[in-house]
Amino acid sequence: MQRAAEPFAIRVRDLVVGFGRQVVIDHLSLDVRRGEILGLVGASGGGKSVLMRTIIGLIPRWGGEIEVMGKPIGDAPDRATQNVAGQWGILFQQGALFSSLTVRQNIQFPLRENLVMSQALMNEIATAKLEMVGLAPEDGDKFPSELSGGMTKRVALARALALDPAIVFLDEPTSGLDPISAGDFDALIKTLQKTLGLTVFMVTHDLASLNTVCDRVAALADGKIVAIGPMRELLQSEHPWVRAYFHGKRSQMLQPRAS
Amino acid sequence: MASEPVLTATPSGNLLELRPEGAWIATNVARLEDLTGAVVPELDRSETARVNMAGVDELDTLGAWLLEKLSRRAASAGHSSEIIGIADNYSSLMEEVRQVNRHNPAPTPAPNPALAKLGDLGRASVGVRADIAVFMEMLGALFMSLIGVMRRPRTLRFTSLVYQLYRVGWQAIPIMVLITFLIGAIIAQQGFFHFRKFGAESYTVDMVGILVLRELGVLIVAIMVAGRSGSSYTAELGSMKMREEIDALSTMGLDPIAVLVLPRVAALVCALPILTFIGSMAALYGGGLVAQLYGDMSPAIYIARLHEALSVTSFKVGILKAPFMALVIGIVACSEGLRVQGSAESLGRQTTTSVVKSIFLVIVLDGFFAIFFASIGM
Repeated sequence: MQRAAEPFAIRVRDLVVGFGRQVVIDHLSLDVRRGEILGLVGASGGGKSVLMRTIIGLIPRWGGEIEVMGKPIGDAPDRATQNVAGQWGILFQQGALFSSLTVRQNIQFPLRENLVMSQALMNEIATAKLEMVGLAPEDGDKFPSELSGGMTKRVALARALALDPAIVFLDEPTSGLDPISAGDFDALIKTLQKTLGLTVFMVTHDLASLNTVCDRVAALADGKIVAIGPMRELLQSEHPWVRAYFHGKRSQMLQPRAS
Repeated sequence: MASEPVLTATPSGNLLELRPEGAWIATNVARLEDLTGAVVPELDRSETARVNMAGVDELDTLGAWLLEKLSRRAASAGHSSEIIGIADNYSSLMEEVRQVNRHNPAPTPAPNPALAKLGDLGRASVGVRADIAVFMEMLGALFMSLIGVMRRPRTLRFTSLVYQLYRVGWQAIPIMVLITFLIGAIIAQQGFFHFRKFGAESYTVDMVGILVLRELGVLIVAIMVAGRSGSSYTAELGSMKMREEIDALSTMGLDPIAVLVLPRVAALVCALPILTFIGSMAALYGGGLVAQLYGDMSPAIYIARLHEALSVTSFKVGILKAPFMALVIGIVACSEGLRVQGSAESLGRQTTTSVVKSIFLVIVLDGFFAIFFASIGM
């Protein structure tokens, strides 16, 4: 496998991002290994989504370097052209499905825009992706407004995977899902990651999915990565914010009561 | 980085061995489709097919599916087929692809086109009835909440009413003045140009005055308001509906009609007669300017001719229509806004419908008023 030459899927060095006078990401460095699922946690409004959006080029940066698949990535304005034929796929928090297109057309959209292929093959690929994310071929004719929250996320994932990207960014994939659907979705991410050899960069607050699917977890506080490693290492971390995050009242509720 | 994909077919007796090599990934799709298409005839002829994937060094869902499709094609013809030489890191992908596209739903048969057109016609007719029902329902609801406000005047949303008046009335004045001024000027120019042939230039003033006051002033202003304020009402209420704000209001025990619709419609009903008056004056001014510059008629004569040609009746006919047109625009705009479903597309569609429908109804209403005023001799 030629792709395996480069050990890191994403390398971020000394990244600075801000708005106006406010610095949101402050000299942050982060490596995402190829083929791992990295979970990113942080306070609400603490810059998790900003970091993700900067890497994929939606927000201009003030300084620092970003490498994706060993290639340096330019700054926001000329970034759109660099994502040729889908280096990455993105699952937005609300799905961001095109509401005027059917589910099938949504999944075919990246294929249609980036590649030249027959309509028959495009239909087959779309159906294949639908089935891979656990939906029925019949769902392909529905419109996004007719989908439930869980289905919307699945379709958005299918669209993100349409071009078989090497990296998938997931912005709070399980938010707004009930625990059963969230668990199913976690399992789906894990399966697809294995099947397709994906690198997954996941922004999440879901302690359960951090625990079950993530190979490593990075904690973002004060604009920096304050801790990174497997979940059990983070649980041992001495950083006050990380302690508060993983040992707060809500996370304690997940542990079985002592008495 | 990606090596060129190749597919070699080696027949040996009854066996056809297919050896895909190189990068079977989505970026090479055009080439891959040609390759797989080319071997299909040979595949159909041979009794046993074997796909040897040992030479594939890159594979993604698309490539995997194309190979799976080849093997499936052989299998479907009653021949035996197998896939061998799958690299370990691709085995789960091939396994996954083997499961997909197994049960394609039967395509729904296309309906008879003539019947489909008839069906559309029928649905449209039923739709008209539903439209009338929705309009009446909104009129009734508005009337009920008006009665409620009259009983308890303090429940009137006064701030909202004033704000809406500011938006649809005050802020609309510049554009209304500009448009009606131009319309008045154009009518006057056309009048002078054509009436000159009969030496009846002075009658241009009669035409401008009566047309503007009775018909055009109110009509132009109403159409502009439908496009400007009606559409914004629909879009506002529609996006509130989409974001469940209207449901939130109802659950707090508030009537969305009283809170949202009544101030908007009331503001329109107040603003449209005022805008009509201002617009008519601007049109008459435009006509007068053209009369002086193009028709060589002094302002004094223009005003004197207007004085002779017009009566208060013409003014009344125009201004009386304005509140009714405002009511129609407001009701259509608000009821279409409340009919918005979940999607952004539906919001756009409803906004278009609102503008088209309210302009249409304004013109129809104008026709009824023409008959009515004619029969009472105004």
